[in-house]
Amino acid sequence: MSEQVLSSQSKKARPRGLPQINPVYFILAALIVAIILNNPAFVEPTGYMNFLKRAAPLAILAAGQLYVIVSGGFDLSVGSLITLVVVGSSMLSNNDPSSTWWVISVMLGIGLAVGLINGLVVCYLKVPSLIATLGMMITLNGFAFMWSGGAPRGYLPDTFRFFGRVNIMDVPVIRMLPVAVIVLIVVGFLLYWLMHRTNLGRLLHAVGDNPRAALLAGVPVNRVRITAFVVSSLSAVITGILLGGFAGVSTDVGTGYELQAITAAVLGGAQLLGGRGSVPAAIAGALTLTAIFTLLNFLGLPQPVRQVVQGLILIAAVALAMYRRKRTGQ
Amino acid sequence: MSEATAGQAPAARVRFRFDRWAPALLLLAAVSIYVGACVATGQTQYLSWNNLLAVLGRSIALGITAIGQTFVILVASIDLSVASLISAVAVLASVIMNGSPAMIVPAIAASLVLGATVGLINGLVITRLDVNPLIATLGMSLVIQGCLSAFVSNFAGAVPSEFQFFAYGNVAGVPFAILFFFALALVAFLVLRFTRFGSNVYAVGGNQDAARFAGIATRRVIVIAHVICSLCATVAGLYLASRLRSGAPWIGANGVYDLESIAVVVIGGTILAGGRGGIWGTVAGVMIFSLIDSIFNVLGVDAFVKQVLRGVIIVAAVAFYAARSKRIVA
Repeated sequence: MSEQVLSSQSKKARPRGLPQINPVYFILAALIVAIILNNPAFVEPTGYMNFLKRAAPLAILAAGQLYVIVSGGFDLSVGSLITLVVVGSSMLSNNDPSSTWWVISVMLGIGLAVGLINGLVVCYLKVPSLIATLGMMITLNGFAFMWSGGAPRGYLPDTFRFFGRVNIMDVPVIRMLPVAVIVLIVVGFLLYWLMHRTNLGRLLHAVGDNPRAALLAGVPVNRVRITAFVVSSLSAVITGILLGGFAGVSTDVGTGYELQAITAAVLGGAQLLGGRGSVPAAIAGALTLTAIFTLLNFLGLPQPVRQVVQGLILIAAVALAMYRRKRTGQ
Repeated sequence: MSEATAGQAPAARVRFRFDRWAPALLLLAAVSIYVGACVATGQTQYLSWNNLLAVLGRSIALGITAIGQTFVILVASIDLSVASLISAVAVLASVIMNGSPAMIVPAIAASLVLGATVGLINGLVITRLDVNPLIATLGMSLVIQGCLSAFVSNFAGAVPSEFQFFAYGNVAGVPFAILFFFALALVAFLVLRFTRFGSNVYAVGGNQDAARFAGIATRRVIVIAHVICSLCATVAGLYLASRLRSGAPWIGANGVYDLESIAVVVIGGTILAGGRGGIWGTVAGVMIFSLIDSIFNVLGVDAFVKQVLRGVIIVAAVAFYAARSKRIVA
C-alpha cells in the first residue's frame, strides 16, 4: 500500500516515469554475467544449479530475517540456532536413518520455542530486539556446546542429509535439480505469499513503519511481532537442516550467518528499523551475496579480501538506497 | 519505602527515580550474590581487597571500550567496529614497537591516528551518506578485519617491558590500569555533564530533529561521538597489547568486545534509542559483568552452562528496568 503512495509521489519528482525496479536485480544480473564471462561452464545446469544449491540456505534465512526487519527489529540468534539444529540433530538421530522425521519435527519445535521466547521477551519485557536476540545467541551457543559436550560426535544419517545434499538427476530440460533448490522454491514462495498476499504482511509493514500508529489503528502489534520472530526462527531451522546436509556437523556451522542474512536483506532494499522490504528482493540479495563470493573465488582472491569486499558492498548498498530515497523525495 | 511512595507520587516521577537507580540496584544485587556465594561455599579468601582488584582488572579492556560505546549509544548510534579496531591497534602497536622502548611514542601516535580515522569515517558515512549506523560500522568492521588478516595471522611484533606498565604496573598498591580506567570514566563523566558537547550529545540522542532545529550541529556531534568511541577502542587495543605482550588479529573478535560493550552499556541503563543514560551506569555494568564471571568461578559452574546463563542474565538485566517502559522498543 505504501509502495503505491510512494510511486505516485515520486512521479512528480522524476520526469521519466520508469517503473521502479529494485536495483538488486540489476546487480544480480550483472554479477551473473561476470561469472559466466569468467567461467562459461556456469550456463550449464550443473553450474547454476550448484550455485543455487549453495545459495539456498542463505536465501531462506534472509527471507525469514526479512520478517523481523520489516517489523522493525533484528534477529541475531539465527546463526547460533543453525548451529544448535545441526549439532542437536546429530546428537538426537544417533546415526539412525529412520529418526529423520521426528528429529526434524523436534528441531522445528525448538525453532518455534526460540522464536516465541524472542518475541515475548521483546514485546512484554521490552528488551530491544538487538539485546534480546544477542542474549539468545549466546545462550543457544552455550546449549549447542553443552549438548555436544564441546566436540560434536557422530554424523547425520543420509536420510537427514537428503535435503541439503541430494541432486535429483535426469530431470527434463535442466537435467539435475538439487532438493535444496526445491526447498528454496517452496519456502520462498510460502514466505512471499505470507508477506505480500496476506493481511499479516500488511500488518508487519504497518508495525515496522510506525508501531504507535499501528497500535492506535487496532493492529495486534505484539502478536504480529512475535509471529515475525517465529517465522525467522523457523527459517533458521530449515537453513540448519540444509546446511547440515552439505556442511556436516561442527559447532561453528552457523557462525556469521546472522550478519550475512541481514546483509542480504539490506542488499534487497529492506529498510532497517522497519516498514519496507520484499521477500523476492531479499532472496535476490542472498543470491547476489553468494554470487559476489563465487566471483571472488573464481578470481582467486583470498578470504580476507572477501571480507573487505563484503563490508564495502554492504555500506555502498545502503548508501545508494538512502541516496535514491532522498532524491525521489520520500 | 519506595513502595509506600509509589502509591502517592505521580507515576512518572517514580519511574524516573527507578531508572536512575536501577544500575546501582543491579550492582548491589551482583555484589551480594558474590559475597553470598563466597560465604556459602566457604571460599572467604575471595573477599579480599586484592581479589576485588583482580576481578576489576579482568574487564579493563571491556570497560574502556564500553566508555566509548556509551557516547555513541547516547547519540542513538551504535559501533560494531570496535572489536576489529582493537585487534588492528594491538597488532599495529606491537609491530611498530617491536620490542624497542624508543618506538613506544610513535606506536601510540600511529594507533591514535588509526583510531581517529576509523571513527571519522564511521561518523561521516553515518551522517553524510545516511547509512544506518549498524550497517556502516558492521561494514567497517569487515573491512578492518579483512585488511588485518591479509597481513597477519598470528601474534606479530613484541611490546617492550616498559610499555607493559600499562597492564601490569602498580601505583600506590593499586594496578595502574584500574586507576586509568576510573580516570577515563571520570573524564568522560565530566565531559558529558559539564561541557556544551556533553549536553549536545543528550539533545541529539533524545531527538535529532529537535536538536537540529535548536541550532545544534547534530552531524558534528555524531561524528565526534564516533571518534571518541574509536579512540577508546584504540586505548583498549593498546591495553590488550600491553597485557598480552604482543598483538594478534583475533584478540578483539575473541573478546566479543563489540557486542559485549553494547550489552554492558545497556545493562548500565543507557537506552539504545539514545538520549538517556550515563557513564556511571556503564561503569556499574562493567562491574556487574566481571562479578557475574567471578560468581560463576566461585560456584565452579561448567564453562558451557556459564555461557547459557550469561545470555539469560544479559536479557534479564536489561528486562529488569526496560519491562516498566511503556514505549514499543525496536
